[in-house]
Amino acid sequence: MSATTAAPVSARALARRRRREAWRRGWTTFRSHRAGMIGLTVLTVFVLVALLAPLLAPAEGLEVTKATGGVLEKPSGEFWLGTDDKGRSVLTLLIWGSRISLFVGLMATLISMVIGTIIGITSGYFGGWTGAILFRLTEWFLVIPFLPLAIVMATVLGRSLLNIVIVIGVTSWPGTALLIRSQTLTIRERPYLERARVLGAGSTHQIRRHILPNVMPMVFANTTLTVAIAILTETTLSFLGLGDPTRVSWGTMLDQAFGVGAITTGAWWFIVPPGVCVVLVVLCFTLVGQALEEVLNPRLGERR
Amino acid sequence: MTVLATQQEAADLGATGAARSGSIGRYVAGRCLGALGSLAFMLVVSFFLFRVLPGDPARTLGRGRFSTPEQLEEFNRTYGLDQALPQQFVTFLKNTLTGDFGISLRYRVPVSDLLLDRMWPTLLLVGSSTVFAILIGVWLGIRGAWKRGGAFDNISTGTSLTLYAMPEWWLGLLLIAVFAVGLGPIPGWFPTGGLHSVDVDPSSVAGVFDTIRHLTLPVVTLTLAYLADYSLIMRSSLLDEIGEDYLTTARAKGLRDSQVRDRHAVRNALLPTTTLVALNIGFVVSGAITVETVFSIPGLGLLATEALSVPDYWVLQGTFLVASAGVIIANLVANLLYGLLDPRVRT
Repeated sequence: MSATTAAPVSARALARRRRREAWRRGWTTFRSHRAGMIGLTVLTVFVLVALLAPLLAPAEGLEVTKATGGVLEKPSGEFWLGTDDKGRSVLTLLIWGSRISLFVGLMATLISMVIGTIIGITSGYFGGWTGAILFRLTEWFLVIPFLPLAIVMATVLGRSLLNIVIVIGVTSWPGTALLIRSQTLTIRERPYLERARVLGAGSTHQIRRHILPNVMPMVFANTTLTVAIAILTETTLSFLGLGDPTRVSWGTMLDQAFGVGAITTGAWWFIVPPGVCVVLVVLCFTLVGQALEEVLNPRLGERR
Repeated sequence: MTVLATQQEAADLGATGAARSGSIGRYVAGRCLGALGSLAFMLVVSFFLFRVLPGDPARTLGRGRFSTPEQLEEFNRTYGLDQALPQQFVTFLKNTLTGDFGISLRYRVPVSDLLLDRMWPTLLLVGSSTVFAILIGVWLGIRGAWKRGGAFDNISTGTSLTLYAMPEWWLGLLLIAVFAVGLGPIPGWFPTGGLHSVDVDPSSVAGVFDTIRHLTLPVVTLTLAYLADYSLIMRSSLLDEIGEDYLTTARAKGLRDSQVRDRHAVRNALLPTTTLVALNIGFVVSGAITVETVFSIPGLGLLATEALSVPDYWVLQGTFLVASAGVIIANLVANLLYGLLDPRVRT
């Protein structure tokens, strides 16, 4: 109420207030979404564990030479999740592994989002030859099977953390690009953009001030879904032996466990926990992504 | 792994793209041209990945294998690596199009022979899993959507989402631990890997049962991994139909609930699922690679992962080309089928 009677506010303050209110409305809708809230809570726990890893488990626990446990020891009071084949605590590996898995997932998603958004907006906004070529390129990348491409790239580039991030980022953008493109196509035809054009706005201005803010929410919802896929891909590539051999991630743990025959020896504590962590994180990112999509696109709500 | 929302988006896009093109002849021609473009693009990507990106291919490909300069020269000549880049591309095109994928560095036999040899286990594994996954997934999706929010729906959606989040090979590892190695009271009846037992002739009756026993766990793994996508997309596309007027009409005509569902709603809801089959083939390939590795089934996937450690570049390139070409062709077939099923797409 007071807002309407107060002294005239500047356009910028008004915009900021509207944005704040939109965020608050979105948050309220999101909060009513039970699955999404559960996902967010679990993810917060995982992120906290990853950030606080040095406090939760000393980094020496990762060094093979300083390992204190026996070979593939069962879970006990000292080692809650047992030990690996080198005598290190599986729990310590798990905690430190969360850092790499989450880091790779987030960084790869960032790359994928930047490429997908740029290509999607450019091909949707400009149309014509540029648009057609970019659209074809996206379609071609979409049909090339993702894992073989990632495997080949990882082999050719060599194994390192940065290369894994690049490989996942570069192979996972086409879906995003198609989504952004179709959004851009609908926004481009809206009257307010026509008005902007008539007032003499250049294409840079139109994209920056009108199209980008409108597709950003879609990008945001898509991001959480892409992170899920990026983490799964990191795990799979590491399992196939293409991960960074010097760092521990959930995928390299599973690769190691498979390599030393933890299955046949019945060392479940080396196989089950890393997989459960992957499933939990990926599932939670998917749940949050779906909840976000619903917040941003209320029509979807009827479906679930 | 694929994002459901994106798939739907892509499916819609495919539909609108085709809607503009008029007659069925033009639709088919357009689709075939698109597939040819994809194949050409795939060849360029492959050339770029294997000859341009590694910098000096001889060094990367040989990785310390050559002790004398003569050997290196010989290698370069054999693979045409001493030519200029455009010339190399022409050689590569000519070789690839005539089915010459080079010689495996590890097995010392032509890659094309290896590929032909290893194709059947993969087709058997992937084909049967896909059929099971579609049947079960679609059934789950229909039941869930028709009684939305019920106990069955909640359990099946929850399971599907969990399976969707699970690396399929990890599921395979768990199944091996429980049903092949044995856990507590459960006997390990299934073999831990391979396609046949050594002492059984695969073409005899006992051999067929032996192969089935070997393939049970991998097929179950892949079926579970694939069905999540189908059940989720079938559920959401059936939910889209549920509020429609034609269903009310069908009910008003006095049709039973199951008739309304099967004859009217499901028929329309199946269309987006058909597109998904096409879009999913890339994902099917990833599943084959990892699950074959875990269960050591001598198919294309295992061939590729074995080639990784050498690294056997020509085998990798061969499997990459075959996998991509397979996906592109399967995509084309699915798109043409889709056009046949849904007249709206082509008119």
